[in-house]
Amino acid sequence: MIEIVATGPLNTVQDLGRPGYRNIGVTACGAMDTLALTIGNILVGNAPDAAGIEVQTFPFRVRFSDRGAFALTGADCRATLDGVPLPPWWMAQARPGQMLELSPPLKDARAYLSLAGGVDVAPVMGSRSTSLRGGFGGVDGRVLAAGDRIATGAAADGFLPKDGFGVVPPAVALKDVFPLAEGGALVIRALPAGEHDLFGVDAERFWSQQWKISARSDRTGYRLSGDPIHPTEVVEMRSHGVVPGVIQVPPAGEPIVQMSDANTAGGYPKIAGVIEADLWRLGQARIGSLLRFVPATHAEAKVVETALAAYIADVRKTARLVRQALAAMA
Amino acid sequence: MSIRYAAPAAIVPDTDGQARISFIGTRAFLIEAPGAFDLPNQRRVWALSHALETRPDVAEIVPGMTNLLVILKETPDMPEVVVRDLQEEWRRARSVDLAGREIEIAVTYGGEHADDLPALCDLSGLSDREVVRIHHEGTYRVFALGSAPGFGYLHGLDPRIHMPRKTVPSLHMARGCVTIGGMQTGIAVLTGPNGWNSIGFAELQMFDPLAASPAVMAPGDTVRFRPERIEL
Repeated sequence: MIEIVATGPLNTVQDLGRPGYRNIGVTACGAMDTLALTIGNILVGNAPDAAGIEVQTFPFRVRFSDRGAFALTGADCRATLDGVPLPPWWMAQARPGQMLELSPPLKDARAYLSLAGGVDVAPVMGSRSTSLRGGFGGVDGRVLAAGDRIATGAAADGFLPKDGFGVVPPAVALKDVFPLAEGGALVIRALPAGEHDLFGVDAERFWSQQWKISARSDRTGYRLSGDPIHPTEVVEMRSHGVVPGVIQVPPAGEPIVQMSDANTAGGYPKIAGVIEADLWRLGQARIGSLLRFVPATHAEAKVVETALAAYIADVRKTARLVRQALAAMA
Repeated sequence: MSIRYAAPAAIVPDTDGQARISFIGTRAFLIEAPGAFDLPNQRRVWALSHALETRPDVAEIVPGMTNLLVILKETPDMPEVVVRDLQEEWRRARSVDLAGREIEIAVTYGGEHADDLPALCDLSGLSDREVVRIHHEGTYRVFALGSAPGFGYLHGLDPRIHMPRKTVPSLHMARGCVTIGGMQTGIAVLTGPNGWNSIGFAELQMFDPLAASPAVMAPGDTVRFRPERIEL
């Protein structure tokens, strides 16, 4: 059990999401950076589908009621446990009464607090993710509030190091796979989507310019500001299913990238779709930061997916070895 | 940084009765039926949906309005093979009619929630009574669910009362508003921003996340609106 002592306004319980119900209009939700949540779960010995807390607004302080392991992944929030600094991408053990405090990150957007045993809220339609729009999942379908007491499930058997251990963050370990553009803009790979060619010469301007993530961006979608792009003709679109990563262009000409809380259906012309393996980086992109889209193919996306899978497998193997070594010493 | 030429967005054009197939990211393929926005095309989409949902490589199927989004379990090595397979499935798909239930919904037409009824009268040249009569005399089919939990896109709206979506959405449309969006009608399931035009209100819970079947409506259902009250 932990108690939320202080929290910003938009922090929620999230797992890997609630796919499979888009056909009845239910958004998948789930962590904006599923990679960080996945690594957090591995570090504390959880199953991959365990829920954690997505922290994107500050302050954020929790008090541990019981002894338990936790991990912090994603954005480096200069966390402290009873005032003692903790490294990012690290798991540690908390004693009853200890206070964990996260500060606003200097880069990246979202941190994930994983608790051994996972956040124990009732799954709704197969997931513990909070659907704010639907008002269900997570803690009563709402954002976390000071005073909330969050139960944890049964922690996995096994040994965890007393002083904790951590991993090399994916942005470092995989820097060759996830490059930055000159000037620090995030390079996001995308496949041309259904109405790409309708944009004619404006399609080239979609790929060539830097887009800025506007302040009107959240878990639902990122609105991009830049030089507007328009299709060469107005087409009447019939509503169709969409997935996170779809880049739609409403009449004003500034694209919207749908994110974890994406609507399940859409009807705006879509110029491209972000490859899934780059979505976690977009989930860490901050309001005001710059993006460049680069056209990609399925084959190129596969290469990135393979590198990500190898990183996750490597972390999983290391965590297992650490536990085995501790068990051998015990 | 150099820009390569993007691959053609639509692998297969919508000629010769072929579906138009395009990508949304790496795992999702959008299949759009050629031709009209009508029941025969939607029946074929339902047939395609049945054919695809049992395929072992398919994670999720999202039927839309005469279209279908197929989400695969994994990014395919050879997307062109997937496109060819999907085209073949479309070619084979024959019309099915979903059995569907009959749903009757009591509506208060006009009144405090019918914010857009005057604009629809202006657009259509009809009186408010005529608009209401045309709407409640219609028989509608649920073509697909989407956009919000349990929201049914209803087909069968009389062309005389078609009305384009708003360019600036209403910020706080109430759950239960009976709305018109282009050639479709539906009932708002969430309170919030909404670009459709409200002409009435229905007191009906369309979605319960804890129920075994969370959504009240399903594709193929027949919907009728019963005018419980008319406040004009």
